[in-house]
Amino acid sequence: MITLVVNGKPQRVDVGPDQPLLWVIREDLRLTGTKYGCGMALCGACTVHLDGTPVRSCVTPVSAAAGKRVTTIEGLSAQGTHPVQRAWMEVDAPQCGFCQSGQIMSAAALLARKASPTDADIDAAMAGNICRCGTYQRIRAAIHRAAALKKGGAR
Amino acid sequence: MKSIKLSRRALLKTSLAIGAGLTIGFELPVARTRSTMAQTPGVFTPNQWLSIDRDGLVTITNSVPEMGQGSMTTTTIIIADELDADWSRIRVNQAPADPKRYANPVTGSQSYGGSRGVRDHIEMWRKSAAAAREMLRQAAADEWGVPVDQVDTEPGVVVHRATGRRLPYGKLVDRAQALPVPQNPKLKTPDKFRYIGKNLHRLDTPDKVTGRAIYGMDVQVPGMLVGLIERAPVVAGGKVQSFDATAAKAVPGVKHVVQVTHGVAVVADRFPAALAGRRALTVTWDHGPLAQLSSEEISREYATLAKQSGQVARKDGDVEKTLGAGGRTLEAAYEVPYLEHACMEVMNATAHVMPDSCVVWAPTQNPGSTQSTAAKISGLPPEKVTVNTTLLGGGFGRRGEVDFIVDAVETAKAVGAPVKLMWTREDDIRHGFYRPATYNVFRGALDANGMPAAWFHRIVGPGILTQKGRAPANSVDPAAVTIARELPYDIPNLQVEWVNKDFGVPVGFWRSVGASQNGFVTECFIDEMAHLAGKDPFEYRRALLAKSPRHKAVLELAAARANWGAPAPAGRARGIAVAFSYGSYAAHVVEASVAADGRVRAHRIVCAIDCGLAVNPDQVKAQMEGGAVYALTAALYGQITVDKGGVQQSNFDNYPMMRINEMPTVETHILDSGEAPGGLGEPGVPPVAPALCNAIFALTGKRIRRLPISVEELKRA
Repeated sequence: MITLVVNGKPQRVDVGPDQPLLWVIREDLRLTGTKYGCGMALCGACTVHLDGTPVRSCVTPVSAAAGKRVTTIEGLSAQGTHPVQRAWMEVDAPQCGFCQSGQIMSAAALLARKASPTDADIDAAMAGNICRCGTYQRIRAAIHRAAALKKGGAR
Repeated sequence: MKSIKLSRRALLKTSLAIGAGLTIGFELPVARTRSTMAQTPGVFTPNQWLSIDRDGLVTITNSVPEMGQGSMTTTTIIIADELDADWSRIRVNQAPADPKRYANPVTGSQSYGGSRGVRDHIEMWRKSAAAAREMLRQAAADEWGVPVDQVDTEPGVVVHRATGRRLPYGKLVDRAQALPVPQNPKLKTPDKFRYIGKNLHRLDTPDKVTGRAIYGMDVQVPGMLVGLIERAPVVAGGKVQSFDATAAKAVPGVKHVVQVTHGVAVVADRFPAALAGRRALTVTWDHGPLAQLSSEEISREYATLAKQSGQVARKDGDVEKTLGAGGRTLEAAYEVPYLEHACMEVMNATAHVMPDSCVVWAPTQNPGSTQSTAAKISGLPPEKVTVNTTLLGGGFGRRGEVDFIVDAVETAKAVGAPVKLMWTREDDIRHGFYRPATYNVFRGALDANGMPAAWFHRIVGPGILTQKGRAPANSVDPAAVTIARELPYDIPNLQVEWVNKDFGVPVGFWRSVGASQNGFVTECFIDEMAHLAGKDPFEYRRALLAKSPRHKAVLELAAARANWGAPAPAGRARGIAVAFSYGSYAAHVVEASVAADGRVRAHRIVCAIDCGLAVNPDQVKAQMEGGAVYALTAALYGQITVDKGGVQQSNFDNYPMMRINEMPTVETHILDSGEAPGGLGEPGVPPVAPALCNAIFALTGKRIRRLPISVEELKRA
């Protein structure tokens, strides 16, 4: 048994310690917002936060998350009103949307550490997240917008 | 340079085009299907596309799978506008597989590709919604005892102009339901559009930013198992000779190991167990006829075949005579590779085969064939097969295939339980339906003024329709020669040939299909001719497009907005290209640089698009942005190669995708031509790679004739 805190809720899962966190989240906890894309930390679709730091859950053994706070897209905000989510909606960033949970988790982690990211900061923080629909221009715009929303306070 | 001015006439043409379009051939299945539809008391259901309940909630059924192109929103905009629905009181359902009610009226099948969503359905949807609106008006007129021509609608409400009386749609549903369905309802004139042409937010965005959106791989069914298939090491033609499941079955969580058409399925309680079981499996393969195939052999054979004549796809004038007449000539050979779609969501489907019914949950572009395929495998009639089309994590043509449906239904049937059949990324890249690799030879001759006197283009490669048995034997496959055959330039002597050479690598429809490679090669070769003539590549094209005014208009608009003719920023150059595909005209100017190490960077892309009617302009732009990234990824990185019959690429490390740090700014300018609606998913792809390569030539003098672009060749010593 491994104990995790996922989106604020303590969870006990009966899986081997080397099982990827991704599949524990998706299959045991039934939180399907976090996606499988490559299984090799190459695409970022599986990005979640471990104690606030973005990690690729497809290559993170569940044991590495034991006792830590795991945040998935479902837990980023209670009502989908995190500034990043609001900004994403304002610019209609997603197309197919499959990669967007990972994009949003990477962006939220970036904004938590840098209130006003530059384009170079965005490139550095977001280059690990592939979007095959090509929504990068809107993701960039949405991150700048989210930074502004965050500064304006949650309304 | 002159800017583009749209005349009033051009704007007025919208109504004429759409009005006239109503006469084209499809049968509006309103009255016919209504009698066969389940009637729910208190719900007004004039046809299969919409219903309204007593609370005024409008339910719209979207038949076009949502794969990112925005169909859920676009379909709703079109129907809601004509219905005059209240945008805040609408719910959208995804249509079940039911070709009798939901087939595309132009193709007759419930399969979605070719950027056909809006252009094939808009008239039927508008007519269906207009019929409903007419019935609601009649119901209100009857209620008030006034002539119907005195009542009008506002969003969700019928109003009596003279007295100001109002009745919400919800209060009219019982009366409206009893009325006959008008077969020739009057459509709104475009000046009355409330939603079409406005920038409306996508309806699927909230679920896509909160993790609530359900894609194929997110489906959960009680008692469901997870399967993975060990597939042949060769791309096609491999067969299981024997397998040993002992070790696989010893993996905790593995429940079944069964042979299926595409290999050996390992079925477990969870994905990691299925993966571990698959790794433990031993399969002996018959590698089949492609066992020795390599990309070197393919290239070599193509080059040899390019010396032989092919089937003539187009012949104007006398090319041979003109080429031999002693003017300035040039020759070039272009080669493009196989490409995989690489949808972010790997292929997958979930199926449950029961004795008298079958249910499939699938991220599919092809609900119709999903149903018929599942029916065939399960031995049930199609109407016993329910298909739930989930959201698609990308489609790009890959999900029109049904190989992953076969996997799921066969496996579920074999194990007698619901199975989510997953692919890994490696399965996805190695077992695709690839954009064909082709080889092209060109010969051109200039006249005394430097304009093209002769154009010869021979294409060597497979035909997608031919391979799939959907083109008549020995015919010219339209997917192989598209754009090349319809070359828009006014050249007196023109010949296009196709040499059908298929090595057996499975080919399929990849975003913009034949237009992706033929747009690249033709738009580069015309650029070569312009440079040989010492003329400006934009002006050269423009002079040749007198008979193709819509090509010319987008070309001019893109050039104007990109400041063509003014110097590019230091270290950069511009390239231009134009193409018609899937009903729309697109022109792109790419501003690019090449670093000393040979790395190419696109900095700015200016796109002009004429898609006739722009239903949701912001999403037109989104498709152009996405098309640019898809095309740039292919130009910079994309290649699937084969060795010993197997695909050499496997994941994003060796089949790389463009990332945000390489993203240029993409500016889209919509040219409102007032013509009938065209497609959008695909038309934003074809001009991008040639415009990029033409920019590289302008900057470096090096002509890129083989994709992906070789960094080595562009490296400065």
